[in-house]
Amino acid sequence: MEKYKKYFNLIYLIAFVAMVVVAYTTSKYRPESVSVLFTDLSWLGNWPKWLDLPLMPFLNEGFDKLIKEYGMFFEGINNFLLGLYTDMKNFMVALPWPVLMISVIVLCYFVSGRNTGTTIMVAFCVFFLGFLSPRYWDKCIMTTCIVVIGMLLCLIIGIPVGILMARNKKVRNAILPVLDLMQTIPSFCYLIPGILLFGLGAVPAIFAIFVYAVPPLIRLTDLGIRLVDKEVVEAAEAFGANKKQKLWGVQLPLALPNIMQGVNQCTMMSLAMVVIASMIGTRGIGDEVLLGLQQLNVGMATEAGIAIVLLAIIFDRITQSYGEKIQARTHNKKKLIL
Amino acid sequence: MSKIEIKNVYKIFGDQPSKVLPMVKDGASKEEILEKTGHTVGLDDVSLSIEEGETFVCMGLSGSGKSTLIRHINRLIDPTSGVVSVEGTNVMDLNQKQLIEFRRHKMSMVFQRFGLFPHKTVMENVGYGLEVQGQKPEERNKTAMEKIEAVGLNGFEHQYPNQLSGGMQQRVGLARALATNTDIMLMDEAFSALDPLIRSDMQKQLMDLQSELKKTIVFITHDLDESLRLGDHIGILNGGRLVQVGTPVDIIMNPADDYVKAFVKDVNRAKVIKAKIIMKSANESNGVDKKNLVKVQEDQFIEEFLPQVVCTNANCEVVDKQGNVKGYITNKELQKSLTKS
Repeated sequence: MEKYKKYFNLIYLIAFVAMVVVAYTTSKYRPESVSVLFTDLSWLGNWPKWLDLPLMPFLNEGFDKLIKEYGMFFEGINNFLLGLYTDMKNFMVALPWPVLMISVIVLCYFVSGRNTGTTIMVAFCVFFLGFLSPRYWDKCIMTTCIVVIGMLLCLIIGIPVGILMARNKKVRNAILPVLDLMQTIPSFCYLIPGILLFGLGAVPAIFAIFVYAVPPLIRLTDLGIRLVDKEVVEAAEAFGANKKQKLWGVQLPLALPNIMQGVNQCTMMSLAMVVIASMIGTRGIGDEVLLGLQQLNVGMATEAGIAIVLLAIIFDRITQSYGEKIQARTHNKKKLIL
Repeated sequence: MSKIEIKNVYKIFGDQPSKVLPMVKDGASKEEILEKTGHTVGLDDVSLSIEEGETFVCMGLSGSGKSTLIRHINRLIDPTSGVVSVEGTNVMDLNQKQLIEFRRHKMSMVFQRFGLFPHKTVMENVGYGLEVQGQKPEERNKTAMEKIEAVGLNGFEHQYPNQLSGGMQQRVGLARALATNTDIMLMDEAFSALDPLIRSDMQKQLMDLQSELKKTIVFITHDLDESLRLGDHIGILNGGRLVQVGTPVDIIMNPADDYVKAFVKDVNRAKVIKAKIIMKSANESNGVDKKNLVKVQEDQFIEEFLPQVVCTNANCEVVDKQGNVKGYITNKELQKSLTKS
């Protein structure tokens, strides 16, 4: 890396010149000849119209081409995710509500390591959801399905990427800027193209969830693995653990608290995104908020807002308590002083 | 052939160690290199050989390169140049797979901050070396249990490391290293994190185990008393250079330079020097007053018989285990050996 650093300034210079030339030659506002620029200095006042990179038409063409040539590919993804979502939603909607409610409570009870406090809290939230409005039940199921599928996608891709980053500095240097981009780019910038790629409905929401919620999971997985005590990893190496044994036997179990934190973050961000996604026509509890706001019905919007908060609490408590449970097994054993 | 042979090993930390190597070879000092190139010299032309069955103690202050040196032996660190050979095999010639086999079967390691796996029980920790070798749980638990007993931790095998005190944790580390039954044991400041009482306890335990097992031990420490107590040979490192290698008595009686001298200045010599080292042999000591004698074993340290000599104002008669007279010690020899140079 060091030895290429001195070329960086040169690269910037070339890029600058190239940008000016391209902007100048492609612009329709350019002056008749370059010499005019030296006699008529008015272009120094405001940013001249001819200094405009034709990025927009270029991107549009690229996007059109992408849809035309790889449309089948995106359609395949779309069909798969949509099928998954529909099956899951139909199954849960078809279940009688008491059965579903009890399954959530039972799930929470075992996942939290038989923690009655958490279970009662989650049970209360689940009941409260029903009390808010009968319409919310099915809508919450839709939202839940989208969040769960989006999260699964995040886990399947995010954790291996995080592991790769922790292992290889070059991979990390390549991926970090991409994560920065994913986190800073406004969500509508990929929500709308998502519609073009996947059509309206649940799938662009899942896509948006992935873009929005996967960065913290990747970062925390990477960080968690790198924060594992160096001496412990060294010990595994010194006893002849190969890469696989080191990863599965030592690094991942010890990075688990951080990874679980990442999963928790991922859940919360998925839920936030699924509400925003209602603006591109994704069905779910988010469209109640939207509807309320459109009709200036503050009560309705607030009611739906409370439902979202309750849903968030349920998700958060379940993932958080699961994380605490695995941590308790490995880390927070009460220390005896002997 | 020596068990472990280290020849002209250089280690330079930084981006382009090979470019800096000639400078180091020309004798530039550590500070110079750091200032000019930003590279850190870890080891500077270290050569030593360690014999089978001995305890070799590598001593130096922090930053002297001792931990770097020990990690070259099992190739946790690759040398910039030089040869490290164990039982005649150059460890740099091993490929990844061979290296893993080598680490599994040839040597084990004990760490300063124990390096225990917090998510595994004591038994799983001790059996770890066997686990990565692919042994079945029943088999490895049996071996692990034996070693847990050997270090006196029966009853704690299902606890987790952070439920144990520091001394007990390091016993687990020791048991883990013993469990794979390798010839060579590398101990990286193994007892440095323990308090003095437990440390001397552990030293005793290590010496007892060693007298039984006769392993080749490479022990790293910054504590001179510890190195004198444990080492058959001691190597002293300063700024990545090996300053002196010798037996404990060698080091104390003939320090090679001012650095070693400063080190040994405050050593309690009576604790380290044995009777047989300072005695005059029997046929040389005709003039010794033999009326008033204290009998001393040849392997006794001076401190063990000094009070008796002082109280009775007697001379010492040094005998071996069978009771044969080997030599005598008068006040003159005692004075000479105990005076700080």
